[in-house]
Amino acid sequence: MGMTMTQKILAAHAGLEKVKAGQLIMADLDLVLGNDVTTPVAINEFNKAGFTDIFNKDKITMVMDHFTPNKDIKAATQCKQCREFACKYDITHYYDVGDVGIEHALLPEKGLVVPGDAVIGADSHTCTYGALGAFSTGVGSTDMCAGMAAGKTWFKVPSAIKFNIVGKLPKYSAAKDVILHIIGMIGVDGALYRSMEFSGEGLKNLTMEDRLCMANMAIEAGAKNGIFAVDEVTKEYLKGRTDREYKVFEADADAEYDEEYTIDLSEIKPTVAFPHLPENARTFDNIPEIKIDQVVIGSCTNGRIEDLRAAAEILKGKKVASNVRCIVIPATQNIYLTAMKEGLLEIFINSGCAVSTPTCGPCLGGHMGILAAGEKAVATTNRNFVGRMGHTESEVYLASPYVAAASAVAGKIAQPSDVM
Amino acid sequence: MKACGKVHKYGDNVDTDVIIPARYLNTANMEELAQHCMEDIDIDFAKNVKKGDIMVAKANFGCGSSREHAPASIKASGISCVIAKSFARIFYRNAINIGLPIIECEDAAEKIEAGDEVEIDFDTGVITNKTKGESYQGQSFPEFLIKIINANGLLNSLKEN
Repeated sequence: MGMTMTQKILAAHAGLEKVKAGQLIMADLDLVLGNDVTTPVAINEFNKAGFTDIFNKDKITMVMDHFTPNKDIKAATQCKQCREFACKYDITHYYDVGDVGIEHALLPEKGLVVPGDAVIGADSHTCTYGALGAFSTGVGSTDMCAGMAAGKTWFKVPSAIKFNIVGKLPKYSAAKDVILHIIGMIGVDGALYRSMEFSGEGLKNLTMEDRLCMANMAIEAGAKNGIFAVDEVTKEYLKGRTDREYKVFEADADAEYDEEYTIDLSEIKPTVAFPHLPENARTFDNIPEIKIDQVVIGSCTNGRIEDLRAAAEILKGKKVASNVRCIVIPATQNIYLTAMKEGLLEIFINSGCAVSTPTCGPCLGGHMGILAAGEKAVATTNRNFVGRMGHTESEVYLASPYVAAASAVAGKIAQPSDVM
Repeated sequence: MKACGKVHKYGDNVDTDVIIPARYLNTANMEELAQHCMEDIDIDFAKNVKKGDIMVAKANFGCGSSREHAPASIKASGISCVIAKSFARIFYRNAINIGLPIIECEDAAEKIEAGDEVEIDFDTGVITNKTKGESYQGQSFPEFLIKIINANGLLNSLKEN
């Protein structure tokens, strides 16, 4: 029996010729990630356990993105702790206000992940880097600590679900709609403990940013990781970002999958995930009139330049409805700068949006756009759990940048064709 | 090893945002976080929970973020074991790594009700419902994980090796 992409990468990192689903292995890590919420817990554990050194200063990255710029004294104290640790151990890839971006937009942009890597991150959306053909998964702070100290960790080898991608997205349908459609189909635990493997002739029609968005939300289906087959799009993206050599792992022709689905991109329609689970995916033939109070365009799911271009395409020459606060958050400094050069920020500001420095902020109800009781938001973020963006009686509707921008203009949940 | 206590019962897909809301994550002090544990779905949990109590939920417990603050605040609140039909994988991993006993058991997750007095034998995986006079067989851990659990968490087990 052959191996899946994920199984091949894990076998290579465990020094084994072959692994099979369910097997427990120790694997070497290429990168260990933490943010300003999870790293302090890892540092406390590191000190408590009496470790005195890290495994490799170039293979640990700390990204101060959640409650930054520091939202309060406690958040400032947590960042200070991370900064001091990074300084003490001379950690190369430490990112703080001024050069920071949202971790899962920043690391690919900086070329820190290449195909075939094994990456753990103390952030559940670490699965994003599967877009690059890497094995990448979210873990907790103790795992991060062990990873920092030992450069390795334990994994249970996952089985996989295969998604055969065919066709091409229609205008105003986006990668976000594809992944919401998939989560709606298989449920929030539909891929529990397993890999989601994306391949097929339709991949060539998905940009790297599309893939990053889709892999990002693999965790919302419970998956251990999402992973895309490496192709010319991947290789083109990596050019100029890294000079690291990488190995491309392809699934064996006889690899075993628990389930297989074909996703025809040409059938994907604008989709909205209703409160309070990402699996509550609906298309516009099944959405009543819902007045909204806020729109958030950003996050590790949809804060990249193509997302901002999509939002700007809708918002250009229009005004955000008077009942709506629209917040746009470019995910990295580089994206911010590109958006500025392309005139996107001008479009946003002229249409009445607030534009923020990169931060996870409102996505997790941290700061920079918290909802009051009874308020509703359309967000390009990834979770719509109870209280996720603020009060427990507020509601978050997940959607693509097209739908979010159209909703901002309409003042209610709307699709692009309603306002264009 | 055994755990025994009164049950706090929840449903499917209890996510880490309701276990410990992100608005409190500007601290890593787990005792402080325990004061807010579960408050977005069970406002009185922190007030009612007693040391040794048991949490029972249905499918996909702990889905969402990777915050270790979730199992850690449950542990700090005094909960001695979480029983669920299934756990989200990062939560599962985190619970083992920090030494919060968890056990998967569909039967128990369905039949146990809030307020029941329940005992868990970790060696056998047998869950006894003293209130109802029933018992359920939970899934036992693979040996690899038992080593981590017996070493009282991942870091100790790494140091032992």
